[in-house]
Amino acid sequence: MLNTLVFVGSAYALFLFAIAFAAERAALRGQARWLRSPIVYTLSLSIYCTAWTFYGAVGTAVRSGFEYLTIYLGPSLVLIGWWLILRKLVRIGRSQRITSVADLISSRYGKSNLLAVGVTILAVVGTTPYIALQLQSVTLSFEVFGVGDIATGEEKGHTALWVAAGLALFTVIFGTRNLDANERHNGVVMAIAVEAVVKLAALLAVGVFVVWGLSGGVSGVLDKIDASSLGQWQMDGGRWVGLTVLSATAFLCLPRIFQVLVVENENETHLRTASWAFPLYLGLMSLFVVPIAVTGLEMLPEGSNPDLFVLTVPLSQGRDGLAVLSFLGGFSSATSMVIVAAIALSTMVSNHVVMPLWLRYARGGAKVSGDVRGVVLLARRLSIIGVVMLGYLYYRLSGGGAALASIGLVSFAGLAQILPAMLGGIFWRGASRLGALVGLTLGFGCWGYTLFLPSFGAGVFLPEAWGAAGPFGIGWLRPHALFGIEGIDPLLHAVFWSLALNTGGFVLASLASFPGPLERLQGAQFVNVFEHSAAPRSWTGRVAQAEDLMIMAQRILGARDAQRLFEREARRQGMAETLPAPTPSFLETLERELAGSVGAATAHAMVGQIVGGMSVSVEDLMAVADETAQLMEYSARLEAQSQELARTAAQLREANAKLTRLSVQKDAFLSQISHELRTPMTSIRAFSEILRDTTGLTPEEQRKYSSIIHDEAIRLTRLLDDLLDLSVLENGQVSLNLREGLLSDVLDRAVAAAAADEHAAPLRIIRDPAAERVWLNTDLDRLSQVFINLVSNARKYCDAARPALEIRVHRGDRLVVDFVDNGSGISPEAQDVIFEKFSRVSDQKAGGAGLGLAICRQIVTRLGGEIRYLKGQDGAAFRVALPADIALAVE
Amino acid sequence: MAKRVMLIEDEPNIIEAISFILSREGLSVETHSDGTTANDKLRASTPDLLILDVMLPGKSGYDILRELREEAGTVDLPVLMLTARGQTRDREMAERAGVSAFMTKPFSNAEMLEQVRTLMAETS
Repeated sequence: MLNTLVFVGSAYALFLFAIAFAAERAALRGQARWLRSPIVYTLSLSIYCTAWTFYGAVGTAVRSGFEYLTIYLGPSLVLIGWWLILRKLVRIGRSQRITSVADLISSRYGKSNLLAVGVTILAVVGTTPYIALQLQSVTLSFEVFGVGDIATGEEKGHTALWVAAGLALFTVIFGTRNLDANERHNGVVMAIAVEAVVKLAALLAVGVFVVWGLSGGVSGVLDKIDASSLGQWQMDGGRWVGLTVLSATAFLCLPRIFQVLVVENENETHLRTASWAFPLYLGLMSLFVVPIAVTGLEMLPEGSNPDLFVLTVPLSQGRDGLAVLSFLGGFSSATSMVIVAAIALSTMVSNHVVMPLWLRYARGGAKVSGDVRGVVLLARRLSIIGVVMLGYLYYRLSGGGAALASIGLVSFAGLAQILPAMLGGIFWRGASRLGALVGLTLGFGCWGYTLFLPSFGAGVFLPEAWGAAGPFGIGWLRPHALFGIEGIDPLLHAVFWSLALNTGGFVLASLASFPGPLERLQGAQFVNVFEHSAAPRSWTGRVAQAEDLMIMAQRILGARDAQRLFEREARRQGMAETLPAPTPSFLETLERELAGSVGAATAHAMVGQIVGGMSVSVEDLMAVADETAQLMEYSARLEAQSQELARTAAQLREANAKLTRLSVQKDAFLSQISHELRTPMTSIRAFSEILRDTTGLTPEEQRKYSSIIHDEAIRLTRLLDDLLDLSVLENGQVSLNLREGLLSDVLDRAVAAAAADEHAAPLRIIRDPAAERVWLNTDLDRLSQVFINLVSNARKYCDAARPALEIRVHRGDRLVVDFVDNGSGISPEAQDVIFEKFSRVSDQKAGGAGLGLAICRQIVTRLGGEIRYLKGQDGAAFRVALPADIALAVE
Repeated sequence: MAKRVMLIEDEPNIIEAISFILSREGLSVETHSDGTTANDKLRASTPDLLILDVMLPGKSGYDILRELREEAGTVDLPVLMLTARGQTRDREMAERAGVSAFMTKPFSNAEMLEQVRTLMAETS
């Protein structure tokens, strides 16, 4: 018998391999249409019905009456209301290329890898016992057939190991055949669809046999039900609602269900079919549960395991064929669950745990090429083997005892913790990463403390005393009576508290935290997915793409470079005369070229937009925005710099003009000095040569010529003195020698000094002694120098017949001294330049070099006053205005 | 009859020196110190040689020389220019204006006399 069973089991396994292989081949040939019908989709959902459901439903019916129905009711309600949650989940899954539950949660909350790792751990912890449960059920069913033959735990372990190894092999082969971005597995889906048919057929066959073969039809069964303990069963409303909610939640959150429901979904409209077909399937699965249960109770000896009635009832009647079919049904249930769960978990583990670690630690040192496919595949395969073996280990360690029986619901409750973050994520934009983290942590912790750890039995993980008196004697922290609420079913208690804390923490932390930009955008994409994404759309035509790419590339790279690039790529593809085909390698090259001009993210988004199908993700847009911001900042900096340069250039031009002006002035000045010095030297040289070379000069002539030489030498000396004086004054190196004295005394000295010039014409000087009685505190010598200049100018240049100079003094807010002569004055043009160096008004004799007034202006400025030509007078008129504070009180 | 030299110069001591030197050579010297009337004086009685200062009141020596060269009577008149501004640029300006000889002040009396002799010999 056992040999037959092993043979049938192996043959069935081979059959599944063949189915999966054929489906993969068909998919490769492009005949995937029939593989992906709504019926196949619906049947693939049946992995919800595991061995726990296949065998365990009857056991549950025996123990808890009709309560087993809740396990079917929850998923049915979710599917009937498919447009509420499922449609959105599937649309998000497709538009965001979601690969797993962990990916969904992480993607929604700003691509948080922390969340992804958390959900992955949750999924592994929640699924491992479930895989162990499947292995146990297969082992048990073997045991049923070979009663006595394989009694030892050692051999039970062998069976489980063989099953586990076989499942791992199948999953590795068909679960990682290729790396599709969408994570779809045609072979696997087809195989589990076939298995779904097998398990339904097996259960229906046993049911029909029980009802019409053993009980004499429907009425007979009803009589039996009335007679059994099920007839007296009373419904516990709270537990019903709780379990229904729990199974509905689990249906949404279980990684394997998410895999077939969202990831493997080919077409959103398949949900419409599944919404009635899957509840129907579940209805058929549950149809004969109660008849089998009551029949088993009636016909089998007391103490028989009701979890195995599906097998033992046909066996007890000698119906070996039916029993084998039933075994295959259970086998199918177990294997399909393990396979899909392993695929789903390995995707999460490799994507969110292995790859990030590998990229961080191995990549830099290992110098691997850009292709990480090999690494991903290896990670997937190792993850699959790891997940299945973890289940096997759990099975061996837990001893396959009673602890496993209740593990299904415990597992459900653990995975249900994902629900608040999932639903919040797709319906509430305010949901934040922190909220998801807090909610998951609280819910997971609460579940572990109140349900998972106690499920191993008192004293295994939690001290026994905790159950009775609470940890450290704190009564309200007892695992089964949190916050002092006692008398509730432990499962409901745990589900209630874990989900309540989870949801509460999620909402409060979300409200309290402020999501980052990427998170907000992802949130909007998820919540408003129907506005952002079109229904399943076809890929744009390939023909137009190359031209569009060319147009874009020309715009960015310039026509010549773009054409060169496209020609080169076309040659590489072996089609010299046309545009290159948009192969991945060409697109990569193009992207790289464009990235040099517009930044990597922008290039990626542009190429993606044109090639189509590749939707531009929020991350891409964020990166584009970053690049744009950088460019803008860069150009703003450039603009600032160019403004600065313009300013500097203007300053340089100005400085240069000034230098040029100064240089011209310097040349003119040197030329002037040269002339002024050469003139007296000419006379000196000429007369000294005359005196030296000429014989027979009269003494008269000799004296005359000698005195000319003398005069000119003095003139030369004075000129040099003036130049030095002016230079000192202009450089500001002069220090004033302040003394007190009477203005009249200063004027007296000036008039006397000017009169000392023997060549000068007589000049009448008119003064006002009363007004001149002003005490000064200033540099009297310098002031006197100014006055001497003005008086001697009048003496030299006043062209009146009877030259006269009037000196007027008056005090206002300043002390003013005017020098006005009675000559013809200075012409208006000359008035503008008389204070400049070497400007001589009348040029003859006079001997002045034109420095006098320039020196006067410098001196008066130093003294804090001002000298200017006074217009509107009869003759030449100069005004010296001094600050009032140099004048002291009148004595 | 003694050859006539006209001297246009505004520095009295220099006039006296040049007049003395040229008189001793037996030349008759006529002097003017105003630039504005110089050309009229020249037109009225053209000398055998003109000694011209550059920086004159009213009109520069260059202007006087240029005007001179435009008139038929004085186009070939030998002109010795004396200037206290001895830069190359001044010499070039003098040559463009049509000067016959150019000397920088202060000058050596002997050289100046030699120049005068040379210029007078060329015309006669």
